[in-house]
Amino acid sequence: MTVQELPGAGASHRSTPPPAWRPRTDAAPLLPDAEPYRVLGTEAADRLDPALMRRCYAELVRGRRYNAQATALTKQGRLAVYPSTVGQEACEIAAAMVLEEQDWLFPSYRDTLAAVARGLDPVQALTLLRGDWHTGYDPREHRIAPLSTPLATQLPHAVGLAHAARLRGDDVVALAMVGDGGTSEGDFHEALNFAAVWQAPVVFLVQNNGFAISVPLAKQTAAPTLAHKGVGYGMPGRLVDGNDIAAMHEVLSEAVRRARAGGGPTLIEAVTYRMEAHTNADDATRYRGDAEVEAWKAHDPIDLLERELTARGILDEAGITAARDEAEAMAASLRDGMNADPVVDPMDLFAHVYAEQTDRLREQAAMLRAELEAEDQA
Amino acid sequence: MAQALTRAMRDAMAEDPTVHVMGEDVGTLGGVFRITDGLAKEFGEDRCTDTPLAEAGILGTAVGMAMYGLRPVVEMQFDAFAYPAFEQLISHVAKMRNRTRGAMPLPITIRVPYGGGIGGVEHHCDSSEAYYVATPGLTVVTPATVEDAYGLLRASIASDDPVVFLEPKRLYWSKADWSPEAPAAVPGIGKALVRRTGTSATLITYGPSLPVCLEAAEAAREEGWDLEVVDLRSLVPFDEDTVVESVRRTGRAVVVHEAGGFGGPGAEIAARVTERCFHHLEAPVLRVTGFDIPYPPPMLEKYHLPGVERILDAVARLQWEN
Ligand SMILES: Cc1ncc(C[n+]2csc(CCOP(=O)(O)OP(=O)(O)O)c2C)c(N)n1
Repeated sequence: MTVQELPGAGASHRSTPPPAWRPRTDAAPLLPDAEPYRVLGTEAADRLDPALMRRCYAELVRGRRYNAQATALTKQGRLAVYPSTVGQEACEIAAAMVLEEQDWLFPSYRDTLAAVARGLDPVQALTLLRGDWHTGYDPREHRIAPLSTPLATQLPHAVGLAHAARLRGDDVVALAMVGDGGTSEGDFHEALNFAAVWQAPVVFLVQNNGFAISVPLAKQTAAPTLAHKGVGYGMPGRLVDGNDIAAMHEVLSEAVRRARAGGGPTLIEAVTYRMEAHTNADDATRYRGDAEVEAWKAHDPIDLLERELTARGILDEAGITAARDEAEAMAASLRDGMNADPVVDPMDLFAHVYAEQTDRLREQAAMLRAELEAEDQA
Repeated sequence: MAQALTRAMRDAMAEDPTVHVMGEDVGTLGGVFRITDGLAKEFGEDRCTDTPLAEAGILGTAVGMAMYGLRPVVEMQFDAFAYPAFEQLISHVAKMRNRTRGAMPLPITIRVPYGGGIGGVEHHCDSSEAYYVATPGLTVVTPATVEDAYGLLRASIASDDPVVFLEPKRLYWSKADWSPEAPAAVPGIGKALVRRTGTSATLITYGPSLPVCLEAAEAAREEGWDLEVVDLRSLVPFDEDTVVESVRRTGRAVVVHEAGGFGGPGAEIAARVTERCFHHLEAPVLRVTGFDIPYPPPMLEKYHLPGVERILDAVARLQWEN
């Protein structure tokens, strides 16, 4: 039965919109392209900046080494848990690279590499996962918000911060990262809506790595792409190959530029793949097959860039070796940092709950102190 | 009281350009209770902002604004509509100072009109204080007088910690000889006040139940009871000393609040009083609270809310020798 055939659905029931109504924007420029944007292996690669690409390469190699080292540390029991970004390094690194010093990064729990690429000491980035404190750095010093474990809840923070900065006349852009699963959370939608209504200088970067723990994207959303979600809020959605660091850098830079110039927020979906399990505690074989993983191996972010740069004479053996050496040095210092036992002070439990200690906490602190002293004497 | 609250925000905004008011309908309309009336006009929409209709978004963006050095004052339209924001409240607002080892305190004031007694339909009358007081990192205050409405709100906005500021709806229209031109100084957050001195027993209460307790204290005089009434004003931190001193003097105590009794703030207060006043007590500490039910429809609320009669009954039961 068509609508016209429904009882009572005569012409008199069809009305034209009232005069004041009109769509607010032309949706077309907000819609993402059908295919993820790529630079490497296309003609667009002719305009690559050699110096920038060599830096990207070194960062990618360092990022891969960081992932390997962090995973090794979980096996040695030095880290309680580690969510790997092997395969996603291009997203993590490009996110950090496109920001100016005064800009802010809002990472999720998976994005320690982005924080490291922004210049944070890897040991500080891993404090949360080692377990000596929740946030191992001063967020204001590095302009990196605490790694957010609850999904998507950091996104409204990014909007609020960017909005506040603009109200104060400061040139600050906030870049907020979230996974594909996180886009289903209410906070994702509220953040996008606030950002668009306020025209806040924010860039939302969704790393679509295929899975939310075990759940594939198809069970997460029915939209054509996650980038399409931007149009409903009135912001452009961009679809980009998340393993192509040149494309990531370009699209993110453009979004940051737009935000900085007062053009409002952008939603970017980076199509990538999580090569390893959700965390070291997860068994990925229960929800995906080897063939899929193998297919993505052929699209590795480091290989893609290395191939392009060596073919164009931008990178040579010496450059590759230098990048690897630099990565080894980072890994060695990370190992040393993590092998030193963290010093924790039990009295810190009460130190940072309120600006002024409450009587209640003072009492509980005294109780713990007495217990510790008794333990010392025993 | 409404006028005192407005005045508190206005004075805070005038003194400190980082104070921003935000919420649903707080701008042009001045809030559904008109508590933000005139602020958008005086300070502009950037300082008093009508936000999209999304409580998690309101509080979540306030977190980011506070991270950048602003002092957001967030209005949740009604008690039960603050619940969508609990994720932000509990996971971030309450914990940010702690998570960052003190590097990133969040000076956010969350104003929540709460409690019943105004004949509101469901979801407009919850006494939600137990959820807030159970969350470490939050300061929770509730004024019962016009002076406190002004003084405590100023103190909340000035606090470097997040404060849940519970506004007893049914006291919005209460009046007092209060001069907005020369607001009286009141003790800050964390101090309880003896609102009425007495010798026979102590009524411990806060917010919407304070006038009820004062009325009960007057009525009890006929029975020969001289009741002391303590207004907590601040639930977290809890001014145990003022309460304990009073109960040690009177030897008897009743805690009165609208929220349900099981797991309500009164349970905690009764336990603390028992721990510290055991040898001074002539009777067990009693509680007069709302029933442990979802807030009832308007025509039934009078049966639910603790009133003078129930308080007097409890006082009578304090004659423990029976
Ligand atoms: C609000 C919330 N619900 C559930 C979880 C548990 N959890 C942790 S990671 C995860 C999957 C996240 O998937 P996605 O957003 O795609 O990010 P990815 O792990 O792929 O980076 C879940 C369900 C959580 N951290 N927060």
